[in-house]
Amino acid sequence: MADALSPETVLAHMKQAGVTDVVWLPDSETNWLYMLMQAEPSLRLIGVTREGHACSIASGLHAGGRRPLILIQNTGMMESGDSIRGWLLGMNVPVVLMVGYRGYTRHGVDTDTAATYTERFLMAFGLNYYLVENDGDADRIAVAFAEAERTKRPVVVLVGDEYHGFNR
Amino acid sequence: MMHTAEMLQVFAKHRGDAIVVPGRGGRHWVRLTGRETLDVPLGDPAMGGHAGFALGLALAQPNRRVVLFDSEGDILMSLGMLPTIAEQAPANFYHFLLDNECYATTGGQPVPNAKDVAYDVLARGAGYPRAFAFSELPDFTANLPDILAQPGPVFVALKVLPEVENTPIGGRVRWNTRSRDKVIQDLRGELRLGGAT
Repeated sequence: MADALSPETVLAHMKQAGVTDVVWLPDSETNWLYMLMQAEPSLRLIGVTREGHACSIASGLHAGGRRPLILIQNTGMMESGDSIRGWLLGMNVPVVLMVGYRGYTRHGVDTDTAATYTERFLMAFGLNYYLVENDGDADRIAVAFAEAERTKRPVVVLVGDEYHGFNR
Repeated sequence: MMHTAEMLQVFAKHRGDAIVVPGRGGRHWVRLTGRETLDVPLGDPAMGGHAGFALGLALAQPNRRVVLFDSEGDILMSLGMLPTIAEQAPANFYHFLLDNECYATTGGQPVPNAKDVAYDVLARGAGYPRAFAFSELPDFTANLPDILAQPGPVFVALKVLPEVENTPIGGRVRWNTRSRDKVIQDLRGELRLGGAT
């Protein structure tokens, strides 16, 4: 489906980038992706109870030679500000954060403040980000992985496809 | 209660080739260690995260023992980390907790319910298969070899004397001997991982 972001596409990008561990907390965008990830033997899933925990865990995984991905929602990302500062930016961790963009609307008339503050938050932290809405945008995921590796910094992929193909 | 430095002196004899994340015991550990390149003294990148960092290291290096000296102030910020660690169940992970019952680096204010939190019980309730608590050094010393002989994840709560600091942060003596970048670079070199950070 060209107008949706399929979980198979996301998983293919993870594998192409050599992701070894997905540190994640479920959100409304990711259930189908979760089922695919569970069935993928090359991935270890590390469930957290608070999104900031994902930052320190990813930092340790990277220090020990693994290639983690963080999969969380924008609400939890905003809760994680100090952990992003200290454990990702402060430790030069080249990690991609795939962030469910709760409340995103293409027309920009937000009714959900989670969306209102998401990009402002990223700009305040100086985090570069790419918006992915459908499979046609998915090559930006590879761009984000490459940029994280090149800059030794976290890079964010905003998943702006709530309640569509990504979620089925 | 025991003194952190004396407890670490006891541990040092049993360290072997473990990776040590000394947390808030770092100021003492940097003077006691015999394997600096296997130490990960990070200071305080962001409070509450040492357990997560050490878990990540343990999962990444399953053939290498990882020993963390966490603090009660840190773990109180991240109690939800305990079930994550228990679920992942790294057999190489040894989680020690320095409980001085206060926020020592901010002047010694008590942590909530300071004297009545049983951290070993919290860990066991979160799913750690083995958890212990010691308040006196001789007991800890006698039991440490057996504890380290058991597979992880193991949790060990230790009552330690507070070392309260009241000097303004800018005026404190820095105990770190290496930058964070250098610490990670040295560790990755020791682990033959190539590349720095």
